[in-house]
Amino acid sequence: MPDATPVLDPRPETALNEMNDVIMSAQSITKVFPGTVALDDVTFNVRRGKVNVLIGENGAGKSTLMKILAGVEQPTSGKILLEGEEIRLHSPLDATRLGIGIIYQELNLCLNLSVVDNIFLARETTRNGIIAQKFQKQRARELVTRLEQNIDPDALVGDLRIGKQQIVEIAKALTQDVRILIMDEPTSALSAAEVEVLFRVIRELKSHGVTIIYISHKLEELLQIGDHITVLRDGHKVAEEAASHVSVPWMVEKMVGRNPAALFTRKERPLGDVLLKVENLTLPRKGGGYLLDYVSFELRKGEILGFYGLMGAGRSDLVDCLAGARPQATGKIWIDGKPVAAKTISERIEAGFVLVPEDRQSDGLVQPLSVMDNMLLASLKKYLKGVFLARKQEKQAADQQIRELSIRVANPQQPITSLSGGNQQKVVVAKGLLTRPKVLLLDEPTRGIDVGAKSEISEIMSQLAAQNYGVIFVSSELKEILAMSDRILVMSKGAITGEFTHREATEEKLVVASAVGHGPSSNGGTHHGTGN
Amino acid sequence: MEQEIKTNSAPLKKRRSITKTDVLQFLLRGRAFIALILVLVVFSFLTPQFMTPNNLVIMSKQVAIRALLAIGMTFVILTGGIDLSVGSIVGMIAMIAGGLINEGINLPQLGVIIYPHTWMIILISLALGTLTGAFVGLIITRYNVAPFIATLGMFYVARGIAGLRNNGYTFPNLVGRPEYGNTGFEILGAGSFLGITYSIWLMVILMLAAYIVTTRTPFGRHVYAIGGNERAAELSGVRVSRTKIIVYSISGFCSALVGLIVASQLVAAHPLTGESYELTAIAAVVLGGTSLSGGRGSIGGTLIGAFVIGVLNVGLVMMGVSSFWQKVITGSVIVLAVIIDQVQARMQEQIALQQQQDMK
Repeated sequence: MPDATPVLDPRPETALNEMNDVIMSAQSITKVFPGTVALDDVTFNVRRGKVNVLIGENGAGKSTLMKILAGVEQPTSGKILLEGEEIRLHSPLDATRLGIGIIYQELNLCLNLSVVDNIFLARETTRNGIIAQKFQKQRARELVTRLEQNIDPDALVGDLRIGKQQIVEIAKALTQDVRILIMDEPTSALSAAEVEVLFRVIRELKSHGVTIIYISHKLEELLQIGDHITVLRDGHKVAEEAASHVSVPWMVEKMVGRNPAALFTRKERPLGDVLLKVENLTLPRKGGGYLLDYVSFELRKGEILGFYGLMGAGRSDLVDCLAGARPQATGKIWIDGKPVAAKTISERIEAGFVLVPEDRQSDGLVQPLSVMDNMLLASLKKYLKGVFLARKQEKQAADQQIRELSIRVANPQQPITSLSGGNQQKVVVAKGLLTRPKVLLLDEPTRGIDVGAKSEISEIMSQLAAQNYGVIFVSSELKEILAMSDRILVMSKGAITGEFTHREATEEKLVVASAVGHGPSSNGGTHHGTGN
Repeated sequence: MEQEIKTNSAPLKKRRSITKTDVLQFLLRGRAFIALILVLVVFSFLTPQFMTPNNLVIMSKQVAIRALLAIGMTFVILTGGIDLSVGSIVGMIAMIAGGLINEGINLPQLGVIIYPHTWMIILISLALGTLTGAFVGLIITRYNVAPFIATLGMFYVARGIAGLRNNGYTFPNLVGRPEYGNTGFEILGAGSFLGITYSIWLMVILMLAAYIVTTRTPFGRHVYAIGGNERAAELSGVRVSRTKIIVYSISGFCSALVGLIVASQLVAAHPLTGESYELTAIAAVVLGGTSLSGGRGSIGGTLIGAFVIGVLNVGLVMMGVSSFWQKVITGSVIVLAVIIDQVQARMQEQIALQQQQDMK
């Protein structure tokens, strides 16, 4: 019988617990993506039998580094040492063979397969070429029980709620013969009780000599479980310290840098009348619970309203609903005091909503089209002469946007893919503006673009607010949202859990409000509350 | 009814929702099977001679050919691919096998013509079909060509080779000659065991094998995983390219087998053998509930799908419905089946959401 439970084997030989016993080391890793440098000469030491924590803001390069260690991405330069010997990881399979397992941040499960099939995918136990279903089911049940969960091994993964899917992902990693287990934000979708269980499992793995690399945004959590902390910022390693020597403020300071606010421009502006009113916006989640749990708020003319929250808190669902991309949503919306009856995306655009989506590449741009064609895609109706497109007017409109948003292109006919991330994002914003919207919905507008471009995007937002647009702005970056927003709403588990004016808001308050329903102190009873 | 819910009588509410949704779900899930029974009943009423043993055998023979192709097609579609080349491979293999029987292998350098044994011819043909499929799979995986394009290419190439083999002429009278030791090819199409023709046995055996492979082996699991989430499968360590190449090889193998059966049944190989078979195979798979986007479906469904199309064709012919109307009806049935599929998916989602709302 193949041994699928390495984690249960005691490994006495790893009892030597020297602090500087490095099992794996990524040395001088640089990774360049088109338009951005994700990692710049980063050295990361992984200590044997410890929980090695990696922190940094979104876009700091954590996930890229993990993908390199797991063989998913190849570094542009630099090398990886395992037990002192250089290794080359060309595929996830290479990493698996060397005993490196990973739990990905984005769930990588086949939703069409059952829990047991997912757990054993590509590691099936067979007898005479036939899958030993009973045995696998038994093992799956054991793993799930070990994680103190009650999940039917025969259930389809697609029918489980996200938290349970995360448990399946963890169970899957535990079937491998791992020496090193990478966990990329494993708790982002878990409840407080589930996090406790996960921590118990991590401690157990540690006691069996398994090395853990752990990534999370929840700083308090890291101090509970971490042994060693490495901080990345904008693709650089900025600090490395034993967890016993650090505090939450230290981590925040290292992650954010000294003077984060200087990048962003925000001027006090007088706010206009109520532009948008949303009441009881609700979106049920497939498989249980709510993506949006009776959300109500108002937006004034010229206001930048920031939405902060953890991954999966419902912020993107909220802007999607407003843009008309979620037909299942219920609730009432008024714009300029008039109820909005429009349901579909194109009707909502007519009504004055426009979304700059989170995933620029897959939802924001049509890659084969030029800069100009992308820009005009949402407003072609405005540039018609009879039934034909009026190229001249199109060109004028595109040129005007390129000037106003200072998009750096040699020629509007240039392929969109030749632009840097920041300039591509500006094209998506320009596309939105050309529809002549009233409410601009920006979902993580600065994600994956460099610091300079971030600053430019923030400048553009300020200008737009000054022109009386209402701006709704979703971001996971604390410094950015604090610096940019006139008012901040914090979401957790689909509900608004905090509201702060620009003056009131602090990083601490936002973090606390975003953890409502996650932390051990609150058991989800604080829904609908405001954190003021 | 409203009041029952509002008075919060939980057991009552529960029982009611279960009966209502369950019956509908059952009807929708078993729709292919229900459709099959329905067409059988309707035809046996409309044409008295429909349910005679003789006719059932003819029908099963027709179905067997489609079902065999649909087996390979099911594997391909489960990975999220498509294989447009199967009909052309049927024709190409029929012509190659016919040529081997009638002309042998001519080696002018040595001044000899080798006439392989019938068994040898069958093995060569099956191997060639499998290799053709593997080649298509290689192009798809190595050069990242869309399956639609790669198999469209093979659709033309294989049909062209079928014509080239004998300058567009038929290989007639494929009985071989006793003195060359290559007789007996026609037995494959005409012979029977326990009163049931070989083609039907082959269908049964391959269906069973495919059923076991899809449900009980790692390979089958990987096929579903690739169709469901190729990236996740790859990151889990599934050898995606290899699996895909095997899948197209299976489809090629099935096509070759059908090519041999058809040539043997007709005792002749015509260059246009198997024309448009790829479409009936796809129709059978889709009718059987397999999703064209991959990851969802079953061999059992495909078998039923093949039967529905076969029965529909034979029944309509016996009723004397014109071939034009047959096409209209077949096409409508296929689209209707997929519409029902979508309706079912949407209903399931709504029921789930409704139950959540009730719980809240």
